[in-house]
Amino acid sequence: MSMPAPAPAPAPTAPPPARTWWAIARRYGRLLGVQLRTATIGAMQYRADFLVRGLIALLWLGVALAPLLVVFGARRQVAGWSFAEALVVVGWFSLLKAILEGAISPSLTAVVEHVRHGTLDFVLLKPADAQFLVSTAKFEPWRAIDLAGALAIFGYSFHLLGRWPGPAQIGLALAFLVLATITLYSIWILVVSAAFWVVKVDNLSYLFGSLFDAGRWPIDVFRGVFHGALRFAFTFLFPLALMTTYPAQALLGKLDARTALLAMAGGLLFSAVARSVWKRALARYTSASS
Amino acid sequence: MTAGTMRRVLRAYPTLLRVGLSEVVAYRAEFLIWILTTNMPLVMLAIWHAVAADGPVGRFDQEQFTAYYLGVQAVRLLTSTWVVWQISMEIRDGTLSAKLLRPLHPLYAYSAEHLAAVPLRALVISPIVAVLVYAAGDRLAFHDPVLVAILLASLLGAWLLIFFTMVLLGALAFYVESAMGLFELWLGIHAIFSGYLIPLEVLPAWIRGATRLLPFRYMLGFPVETLVGLLGRAAAARELGYQWGFVALFAGLALLVWRRGVRRFAAYGG
Repeated sequence: MSMPAPAPAPAPTAPPPARTWWAIARRYGRLLGVQLRTATIGAMQYRADFLVRGLIALLWLGVALAPLLVVFGARRQVAGWSFAEALVVVGWFSLLKAILEGAISPSLTAVVEHVRHGTLDFVLLKPADAQFLVSTAKFEPWRAIDLAGALAIFGYSFHLLGRWPGPAQIGLALAFLVLATITLYSIWILVVSAAFWVVKVDNLSYLFGSLFDAGRWPIDVFRGVFHGALRFAFTFLFPLALMTTYPAQALLGKLDARTALLAMAGGLLFSAVARSVWKRALARYTSASS
Repeated sequence: MTAGTMRRVLRAYPTLLRVGLSEVVAYRAEFLIWILTTNMPLVMLAIWHAVAADGPVGRFDQEQFTAYYLGVQAVRLLTSTWVVWQISMEIRDGTLSAKLLRPLHPLYAYSAEHLAAVPLRALVISPIVAVLVYAAGDRLAFHDPVLVAILLASLLGAWLLIFFTMVLLGALAFYVESAMGLFELWLGIHAIFSGYLIPLEVLPAWIRGATRLLPFRYMLGFPVETLVGLLGRAAAARELGYQWGFVALFAGLALLVWRRGVRRFAAYGG
């Protein structure tokens, strides 16, 4: 896509409409509302499917918990984590999985189809940010079941611990939830951007999903592998630690301020990189038909 | 099967195998990425390593866990197929009708296509096997020719069992719309009862009892246990009998479901 030629300077009698950030935010808020509503209507057409998929989500939650039960059946502590604490990590894992599979990956998988068929033109022509439009195109509301599962796990693990997180811890955890969502989303944008170069990335998304599965374990259990190389990779290259372990530590009140700040900065940097890669990828897009 | 069909199959099979092989080679990048998605055994290995750092869990010390999970990784990659996706998709979008017109049962075509990928799969897992031999060579079954023979038979059995169960589940798309949902359920149960996530020995006794009645262990856990020397000759031979019993059972079921399903099949456009 070529950049449009610079517009001629506007006549002094007709100043451009004031585009304050507030007006922009309101406009995009309304757009998000519309997109969410159409997605929900679409999903409600398949109520039986909703139920089946909900059951499957619950089953997979059980499968995710089984190794944890067996491992902690053999030991009281693994890599400095007790059963209840590790359970909080599983809670974060299923919370983020709900966000990933309910709100992030459905839309972004559709982008890949758009690129392959050349129908991305129709999105690019709309008078709104293309990244926003493609990212909010599809939602899968039945993933709320995973969300409920995550909350139940949090409840149970803090019941086991016999103490509840204070307001400061909950606040920090919520900040991490936002950060983790941004990070998750950024990784997906990077994966999707690859579609502009290699076109077929469905398998790449499966690869991403399979790596994400490792996030149900506290990052410290990987410290012994290759002298910590795996832990390094899961902290900095594919920041799983940022998405499940640190948030869990924040909720448990075990995260020190320095790590928290560094993680926040790292996450924001990650999303800035993803945005710029997306823009470069978009500049490469040539439609299939025209 | 009459002698005529047999001759036809034997004549067509080498060509079908060649076609399958060239398809895998054509999509080699995807094939590799697909193989990389199987990494859960390595994650579980890292976790059990941390657990067994201060002493063994049952019969499993750190080295045994290494052998077990590398074995799982190798056997899983060698024997897995994606025929369930293929069948349910071809039933839904009607492309199956082209296969039904050929003078050969579609299951032969499917089996050839997926069998053709096995040599490449073997190539891909060879580094894993090399690490396995390096890390735990003295524990492996390779020193005993009888166990090696049982291992080979169990790998073939596992491949057939996986193939037929996948055909069975894929053919359910003839009857229900959410066959892939059922398959996901199946995968979840498989992950626990096959020994994929956790060695069956380490599981609670009531689950281990159930694995005898279910086919899952014979798709993965049994060949792996034979490979890494967890089973003696007598036990391995007995389990082999069970495995091939399951192969026969599921082959029969798959063919039955397929045959009845094809009668209901009405392709759109095709």
